Amino acid sequence: MSTELLTIIAEDGKASKGKDPGLPDEQLRELYRLMVWTRLLDERGLALQRQGRIGFYLQSTGQEASHLGAASALLDSDWLFPAYRQPGVLLLRGVALDKIVCEWFGNDGDTSKGRQMPVHYSFREANFVSISSPIGTQLTHAAGAGMAARIRGDDTVFMSFCGDGGTSSNDFHTGLNFAGVYKAPVVFVCENNGWAISVPQSQQTASETMAIKAAAYGMPGVRVDGNDVLAVHRACKEAVDRARKGQGPTLIETVTYRMASHSSSDDAARYRDAQEYEAWKKKDPIARFQLYLRTRKLWTEAFEQECQEGGKQAIGDAVKAAEARSNLPPATMFDDVFMNLTPQLKEQRQQLLDLVEQGGVGADVGHFPL
Amino acid sequence: MTATETTAGGARTGTKVMTLIEAITDALRTEMKNDDRVVVFGEDVGKKGGVFGATAGLQQEFGEQRCFDTPLSECGIVGAAVGMAVYGMRPVAEIQFLDFIYPAFDQIVSEAAKMRYRSGGEYTCPLVIRSPYGGGIRGGHYHSQSSEAYFCHTPGLKVVIPSTPADAKGLLIASIRDEDPVMFLEPKRIYRHGKGEVPLGEHVVPLGKAAIARAGTDCTVLCYGAMVPVCLDAATTAAQQGRSVEVVDLRTLVPLDEATVLESVKKTGRCVVVYEAPKTCGYGAELSAILAEKCIEWLEGPIVRVAGFDTPFPYTLEHLYMPDQKRVLAGIDKTFVW
Repeated sequence: MSTELLTIIAEDGKASKGKDPGLPDEQLRELYRLMVWTRLLDERGLALQRQGRIGFYLQSTGQEASHLGAASALLDSDWLFPAYRQPGVLLLRGVALDKIVCEWFGNDGDTSKGRQMPVHYSFREANFVSISSPIGTQLTHAAGAGMAARIRGDDTVFMSFCGDGGTSSNDFHTGLNFAGVYKAPVVFVCENNGWAISVPQSQQTASETMAIKAAAYGMPGVRVDGNDVLAVHRACKEAVDRARKGQGPTLIETVTYRMASHSSSDDAARYRDAQEYEAWKKKDPIARFQLYLRTRKLWTEAFEQECQEGGKQAIGDAVKAAEARSNLPPATMFDDVFMNLTPQLKEQRQQLLDLVEQGGVGADVGHFPL
Repeated sequence: MTATETTAGGARTGTKVMTLIEAITDALRTEMKNDDRVVVFGEDVGKKGGVFGATAGLQQEFGEQRCFDTPLSECGIVGAAVGMAVYGMRPVAEIQFLDFIYPAFDQIVSEAAKMRYRSGGEYTCPLVIRSPYGGGIRGGHYHSQSSEAYFCHTPGLKVVIPSTPADAKGLLIASIRDEDPVMFLEPKRIYRHGKGEVPLGEHVVPLGKAAIARAGTDCTVLCYGAMVPVCLDAATTAAQQGRSVEVVDLRTLVPLDEATVLESVKKTGRCVVVYEAPKTCGYGAELSAILAEKCIEWLEGPIVRVAGFDTPFPYTLEHLYMPDQKRVLAGIDKTFVW
């Protein structure tokens, strides 16, 4: 499995016989809606950045099937140690759009209190652990949390994501090694989107696939078509079940493509071949799933309209609500360094507040709200 | 070991004479009994009980789920501890020597230290990283470093260094119970040097409180860890020369007990800062800056640093690298030159 590619939805939209995971109709339609909303969220996020209304954005366009197919294999009580291209998981877990959009603005509605750049979400209500920018570190956290669950004897499963670049990080090796040794209930999902900023997969590793790396850690490696939501779901469901039964971790490689630039600060046209992009555009995961739903007679124009317009409206409302909110007060800079302020932090906070009261401090630095 | 034990209301009270490392084991055992979220792990900590014996007997007593060996990866030990802590455990990870901690630097600095802050307080990381530090054991530069300053420079980490057996136990228990990540650095040079009375059972020394290791009136010596006994010896010699030296054992570098430090220096009017790390940008540099900012008008002489040199830690010339009694006394002399 680690070199073969698991595909379920064929180009004509039909599912390969015997491979369709057989999800209920309503769940299929809901998955589709989530994919559409995730795409819409991405489009709006980038537009806001381009308009100068938020500071930064990281798109996940093209990877909707990959991360939603994966996370939909979990129970809500399972935990995620994500990277930064899985925003659809938040929608899947019912996090309100208002909260997601407030994170982009870093305003007083942001659960992370404006501490991080946009798209570095943290939502405890969704068991979605705070995202950091360093690559791969979350993989080892997932292994540790999985070890903890085994020690405590609970049946939580942990899913952690990285990209193809992430497989070169120290923590990819370490995290998978620890998970393998302790049979931690973890599903590692490597979303191989072909590019780590400007570095192609061919320069990232000499391995034939990412999935075969699993063999070195004593776990199964599965390579799956990342633009096929059913294939990803099926592979991940098997891995989640194995993990929950105490059979240890799995590495899933979802073969997909980063349709956008790395981030709003990057221009992929400078280093990427347009033909490659065009070829992948034809494999769009949402269009592919729509074709499947059509063949199953689960898709209508009205449903599409509902997904598109409903999503745009809801996101638009969330942006309006977010922009009406306030910036965080200066004193909050010192909160959450520790549970309690140290004497030094109290002193420094007072020094800042005195300067703020005098006025003029920070005037030379560009500041929020943008 | 000698013990004086009494029983009051079923709880063990009294004290027992222990070495510093025995006190650390006692603290771990106390907290493992007290809180089943506490797990202890690292390289060779299980069956072997640690290369210095800090975890001796814990696996036998608490089982392989609570005290276990890990693969040889500091990044993995700390990264896994972060995941455990975020998930609600109280991991106590051992890094065999502080000199080997650098592969875990990203996990400590980018993850453990920032988890609470970056998640707006949604996720916390209450873990302890125990690690033997410092020279004087003929360990060369990979078994002798005193790299506490890196961690003191990282917001979100507490940094604790005991110097007596009783403090080692009390501070380690306080560190395990703390809601934030703590770097607990153990002065391995004095693991087995002096013995001291250690309270049995429950014993907590709060973080952020310095101790006056020896009271004096003429000059303050600020120090921590393995430098404390060196400075106490120097103070004894100074007393024979007619100088009353106050030795302040900081115990916690972050958060620093600035009040005790300033009170002592304002009283004596003189200060020597002693640390065995390389001099430049060491923790003593921060102490010197605090004194310069906050009590320069009380000073009767220059603030003097007695520290390691700005070289990699030497092997055969270690005895000349380490601040010793003579260098501390010379430092004290310098504060009297004005």
